[in-house]
Amino acid sequence: MSSFNVFDVAGSGMNAQMLRLNLTASNLANADSISSSIEQTYKSRQPVFAAEFRDALNQNQAANAGVKILGVVESRTPLQMEYQPNHPMANEDGYIFRPNVNTVEELANMISASRSYQNNIEVLNTAKEMMLQTLRMGQ
Amino acid sequence: MKISFDQALGLHPQALRLRARKMEVLASNLANADTPGYKARDFDIDKLLRKSSVDTIPLQATRPGHIQDSSGPLDQRLLYRVPQQPSLDGNTVEEHIEQAKFAENALRYQASLRFINGKISSLMLALRGE
Repeated sequence: MSSFNVFDVAGSGMNAQMLRLNLTASNLANADSISSSIEQTYKSRQPVFAAEFRDALNQNQAANAGVKILGVVESRTPLQMEYQPNHPMANEDGYIFRPNVNTVEELANMISASRSYQNNIEVLNTAKEMMLQTLRMGQ
Repeated sequence: MKISFDQALGLHPQALRLRARKMEVLASNLANADTPGYKARDFDIDKLLRKSSVDTIPLQATRPGHIQDSSGPLDQRLLYRVPQQPSLDGNTVEEHIEQAKFAENALRYQASLRFINGKISSLMLALRGE
């Protein structure tokens, strides 16, 4: 029965939002990970989503689109360089590097991800309820 | 007199099928609410139900290679939603609108189901003859 596709679609949406939430957690946890060179410093990580058209060859299913995770990219925003010669992590010129994590942005991201996750759960619950009622048809 | 279950249940089985399909389309929209470039899709069930009684005449196939319109009218009428506030990343999903549509669709699905159940129980009543 084709209605089972709803579970796949909502499940892929939840998976994608969970990744986004995980990356937000990782970014926030490392927001203050100071290091002494650009290479060693943690860079903000963001997921890239794309629509995944399931069974695109089959015309009837052409509009069912789950969410595909294309990958995780590191932010290219320049790192914050700070002159702190007394810091234990300072390099020979006296600079430390802070990650390019924007905490305000990450918090907004977190709220958005959790709301989207909830949305997908609602869809799943409603679909489940509808199918259970259909199974009880005529009783 | 013969009893035809197809006619007894009326338009509702077909409506259920279309509602289930619409649920999938709306679920795709909601799942892709954060996907850049995704365009929200939908279709008009009322129009399809009204049309379905009219255009069920098959295409004329005079040779074996002729393609029949097997996908049905549904997928040709899958449309794109016009967004009220399009976002910069090209995504046209507006969650509040999709949620409202989804809730409405679920309710109408349950209404059709209730009608079918009612018909079935009246058929059962007639069959028992109590």
